[in-house]
Amino acid sequence: MSLQEVFQEISAADFFYRNRDIAGFTNPTRAIYSTIRELVENSLDAAEIREIPPDIYLRVSHESGPTDGPGIYRIHIEDNGIGIPHEIIPSAFGQVLFGSKYKLRQTRGTFGLGGKMAILYGQVTTHGQATIMSSTGPTKVHEYQLTIDIQKNKPVILKHKTHPNDNRWHGAVIDFLTEADYTRAMPKVLEYLQQTAIVAPYANITYVDPRGRLYRFERATTQMPKPPQETLPHPYGVDVETMKRLIELTKERTMLGFMKTHFHRVGRTIATGFLQQVGLPPKKNPKKLAPDEIVRVVNAMKSYKFLAPDANCLSPLGEELLEAGIKKELSPEFVSVYQRKPSAYSGFPFIVEVGIAYGGEIEPKGGIRLYRFANKIPLLFDEASDVSWKAVNTQMDWRHYKASPDMPIAVFVHICSTKVPYKTVGKEFIADRPDVEREVLNAVREVARRLSLFLSKKIHLAHDKHRLDVFQKYLPKIAGFSAKLAKKEKPPDVAPLLKSVLRYEKIEESEDDQDEDAE
Amino acid sequence: MKKSKKVKTTKTKTPSRVEQKKSVVLSALRSLGEQLYSQLSKKQWPSVRMPSRSITNIHYDQHTRQYILGERFVRRSARNIRHIRPLTQLVWTGSFVDELAREGKTSTLRDVFYSAQAYEMSFTDQAESDDIITDLETVLEHPREDFNVFPEERSAIFGDLTIQYTVRGYEGRKLNLASHPDGMMIGPALTNAEFAECKADKIIAIEKGGLFTRFIEERVHDKYKALLIHTAGQAPRATRALIRRMSQELGLPVYIFCDADPWGMHIANVIIAGSANAAHLRELNTPDAKWAGVYASDIVDYKLPSDPLTDLDIKRLYELQKDPRYDTKLWKREIEAFLRLKRKSEQEAFSRYGLAFIVDKYLPARLKELG
Repeated sequence: MSLQEVFQEISAADFFYRNRDIAGFTNPTRAIYSTIRELVENSLDAAEIREIPPDIYLRVSHESGPTDGPGIYRIHIEDNGIGIPHEIIPSAFGQVLFGSKYKLRQTRGTFGLGGKMAILYGQVTTHGQATIMSSTGPTKVHEYQLTIDIQKNKPVILKHKTHPNDNRWHGAVIDFLTEADYTRAMPKVLEYLQQTAIVAPYANITYVDPRGRLYRFERATTQMPKPPQETLPHPYGVDVETMKRLIELTKERTMLGFMKTHFHRVGRTIATGFLQQVGLPPKKNPKKLAPDEIVRVVNAMKSYKFLAPDANCLSPLGEELLEAGIKKELSPEFVSVYQRKPSAYSGFPFIVEVGIAYGGEIEPKGGIRLYRFANKIPLLFDEASDVSWKAVNTQMDWRHYKASPDMPIAVFVHICSTKVPYKTVGKEFIADRPDVEREVLNAVREVARRLSLFLSKKIHLAHDKHRLDVFQKYLPKIAGFSAKLAKKEKPPDVAPLLKSVLRYEKIEESEDDQDEDAE
Repeated sequence: MKKSKKVKTTKTKTPSRVEQKKSVVLSALRSLGEQLYSQLSKKQWPSVRMPSRSITNIHYDQHTRQYILGERFVRRSARNIRHIRPLTQLVWTGSFVDELAREGKTSTLRDVFYSAQAYEMSFTDQAESDDIITDLETVLEHPREDFNVFPEERSAIFGDLTIQYTVRGYEGRKLNLASHPDGMMIGPALTNAEFAECKADKIIAIEKGGLFTRFIEERVHDKYKALLIHTAGQAPRATRALIRRMSQELGLPVYIFCDADPWGMHIANVIIAGSANAAHLRELNTPDAKWAGVYASDIVDYKLPSDPLTDLDIKRLYELQKDPRYDTKLWKREIEAFLRLKRKSEQEAFSRYGLAFIVDKYLPARLKELG
């Protein structure tokens, strides 16, 4: 969540409270998972936006109630992100907001909703308040204690104090109580943190769980991905509502200027051509478009031949970082990563990055392990509905790559886009859009080819080693026994023959093999 | 025919047959070692060439009247990863039996299997180690009994033959094979013994132990001047080799007496014509030995109690019909008789005419018939 953006109040907080399923707060198990996920992602975004290698400290401690079912837990998270200007802290955390996203770029969160949802859920289930401490780096740290007035969708400030900031610290600390079934959520929480560590290898993540166990995911690099640039919406991705808002906002007086200013990769020539096709005069004032004209423009945009979006607005991880992440968390015997060229679906640019890893800490589990990421967020639920699952499990014939599902193989698929094509609002799996599906499959095939080269080399080496072992075992015995039979003092030297063993190829094995014994 | 035959035995100077054979085997072993040693010294991959024992390379030889191996050879080379283990096992077995021969000790197939384990040479199973022994036989062209490896099965001999031991601890001692009424076991010591004196003029081999004892009780050895051999079913190779030696060295005719069924016939036939399994070996068969019954026609002629042939028996008879070893008038006639009669009898069936009938009536008639 970045603060240079304009925030606008949208609907009442209780709308989201009543529809909390949408945001992943269905039950106490899912809620604690979503809470942790939203807070960690906000922290990562807050650091990455200015290329600060993130340092995140997360603690979940048991406060009261049972531990083998829903109980009360305290959530505490600290980050070294850019911090929040003190005057908007109450709104940022105490008011459900809509981030103004007329400009597009890739971030983890889209609506700036998750963090607030987490606090709201905590308040509703525990009647507690949230403590927020933050500084953007000047001389003071601001601390707020607040609750949310759900009906009015307003923050209620209970306490506000400042502390001196001698170290010029910047970042945020959030602390609140919430209801959670941590025991049941634990496996997913740990999986989430590890997968986050894979996809954010430049982050230090420290986690203390309710039993006091420390999990530490150390950064493997301080190199950061290039932050995404803001970009205009591409005509293919615009709907009537967006169009209306753009018209309301624009300062342009002509349709030609409007098209040029507000759309991605639209210049004078393209704008003129498009307007001619729709039958609108270039000089027409956009604010004077009739509702049916707006619909006409939007529909025409879907079919007109615009330039494909470019991918500057995307922030892929990059091959180097993905490889570093996989290596540091799984120490595989082999890893290969591959980034596809940018592509687009419905006017939204996207990039597919994949990795493949073999052996090391990857245990065979009777199927290929799949790690899915979207905009650097691990996706842990509904695996079988995901486009990547389809590619890896039904479209790939692993036998062609000398691989089989019972080998310790993991495949990593990262899709980054200004608009990830999630299939549902739960944001846990990605739709099998043909363009996305093609890119994923091609990328997986490429790394599978590399794995197959590695595997054949490995088989070859194992074969060579086996040959050498066999020769080393038997040749000295032949020398010894034949010397004994021939009444010689010393067995002949077999070293020169052993040396030549590895140079032999398979030729020798097929020869002289017809001496089967028979009755 | 002479009453007694004194076999020319050697006291000291010229080596005996047994000793000669022993030295031939030892030198064959040594040259196997020298061959491999010299290949290795020349930085060549050691290899051994031997006739292929593949079924397509086994032919019946009309001249020697036994199965022999054809022209095809195989090479066991250490360079081939699938051959190096059996080749090593072959050389190890060679050095193992070399030691046996030098120390005058004997061993069994089972022994070889276990001894290998002391050299980290373990065979996967007994079949594998037996196979290597057969390889060694093929390479050395001598049966394993010649290099002191004997099977477990033992058969027996009884009759007026005096042997002279060559085995360690018994050198020069003599024994008359009629000394014990149960017969003498044909083991390594007897196999390696010299024949000192023989008063018998024929050899009668009998399939069944009960009948062997009956023959001794009925003094067949006296009445017919016969050496009696109990084959105990299919005759072990040591026994087949001994029959051949006695037949050749002592000039005795051999008569074989088995059950009247395809399996009994085959016991006789293997003593006469050898087995396909031993196609790589010579001097195990006795081509002039005669099958003395019980014939299919005897079942009719003597009205013997009989049982119907099973499907398996009949299948076996059809196999024997195609077998080149059965390509003589007598065999063919009797196979056809069996197939016609579809009945079989055991040797003991003669007992319906009293215990002595087989010895007093049947045997003299058959011996006369066979000349």
